[in-house]
Amino acid sequence: MEARILINHRQTELIIRRFVLQLTEQHGNLENCAIIGLQPRGVELSRILIQKMNELKPDHKASYGELDNTFFRDDIRRGEIHMPRPSKIDFNTENLNIILVDDVLFTGRSVRAGIDALINFGRPSRVELMVLVDRRYNRELPISADYSGVVVDSRSTGEHVKVEWNPNQNQTWLMPNKV
Amino acid sequence: MPATLKHLLRIKGLSEESIQQIFETADHFKQLLNSPVKKTPSLRDFTVANLFFENSTRTRVSFELAEKRLGADIVNFSSSTSSVKKGETLIDTVNNILSMKVDMLVMRHPAPGACMFLARHVNVQIVNAGDGTHEHPTQALLDAYSIREKLGSVYGKKVVIVGDVLHSRVALSNIFCLQKLGADVMVCGPKTLIPRHIAELGVKVEHNLQNALQWCDVANMLRIQLERQDIKYFPSLREYSMQFGLTQNIMNQLDKEIVIMHPGPINRGVEISSEVADGNNSIILQQVENGVAVRMAVLYLLAQHQLEQSKS
Repeated sequence: MEARILINHRQTELIIRRFVLQLTEQHGNLENCAIIGLQPRGVELSRILIQKMNELKPDHKASYGELDNTFFRDDIRRGEIHMPRPSKIDFNTENLNIILVDDVLFTGRSVRAGIDALINFGRPSRVELMVLVDRRYNRELPISADYSGVVVDSRSTGEHVKVEWNPNQNQTWLMPNKV
Repeated sequence: MPATLKHLLRIKGLSEESIQQIFETADHFKQLLNSPVKKTPSLRDFTVANLFFENSTRTRVSFELAEKRLGADIVNFSSSTSSVKKGETLIDTVNNILSMKVDMLVMRHPAPGACMFLARHVNVQIVNAGDGTHEHPTQALLDAYSIREKLGSVYGKKVVIVGDVLHSRVALSNIFCLQKLGADVMVCGPKTLIPRHIAELGVKVEHNLQNALQWCDVANMLRIQLERQDIKYFPSLREYSMQFGLTQNIMNQLDKEIVIMHPGPINRGVEISSEVADGNNSIILQQVENGVAVRMAVLYLLAQHQLEQSKS
């Protein structure tokens, strides 16, 4: 197969705008809500999302944080070496509605680790998942997204999704794996 | 990089890059330790044996907590209640423990170089928790980490190590670690307790406490290790205390604020007075707190090494 663009820059912008509207529809002014980006790649999306939220809904009350799941992964000592990245959650997550943000939902394992890492900070009232790309049919755990940009039916082997974050050229590719 | 580090036997062989990576990892663990749930499952399926052939309170509890908070299974071994008393050799003892599928050893031993000897003869990852008068690498790492936390950086800081440098493994590891991180190091104590050729390590030597304190940003006070002294190195503890004991009176005479450290256990009234040990300038309890985070970082990074080995 050849690499193809799944989401171009304009579509990425529309998806993020849609996310803002979906969140306000679901949670009003987002009082009692926190948007938390999952390190490393979910953070890129969550930063753009909160920026867009500030622009479109300046009166929103959502807190913003970033979360690292390294110490909670289940593939430690089983694959590549994982070095931690900073978690920045300077608010109490107890009883909040958390919107966990990641770029691609694939096997669901990193989201599972993210939920464990999140619960370390306290007991949220509810956790929702927002992803730019949902690669369905590839789940290894019972995890699904509450908000997704696009849903892709891709093969679990031989292909991968690559999200490129550039200020004026956000693009998401479906690419063949390098042999 | 620490990811390729098999053992932590001494600071001398560690690169500055490795030390910085241990510190950065420890930052994450410290954040975790301050969160409501202090545990991670990073080292589940991993068994660590703590072999203590010498007495220890802080180091042992600190390692044990670090291992438990990383989710490892642990076994504790103390020489006083083991077959070592019946004449078993170190290698035999360790091989017997390893045959029960242990992944890593944390060892304290009264003989200098015991950990390095063991690393050559048995196939297991080893963390040196103090070997005689040689090195105590995790103590040096947590000391430097505490300086970094308190003063922002270790680079360019002036650190004086005061007391029984001759018998101190903490002193040697601290000298190597601080120098690698760009600090200026001085040792201070009675001539009998300063190794004769220590200046060749690039440290300054001073025998007057006031002068040393006036020079430094950080003073690390060491305990007089009477258990390792088979001869008299000074006339009496009282005389030592009068010349090298740090009191509030001496602190008041300084025209600057300095940070006070102590690796423990403290002999109050000998090398440091209670007033100074419990005062605002002291970071002694922060050192103990940081010990757990730094040891978690070391264990975590060493455990990643094993993965590389099993892959290749």
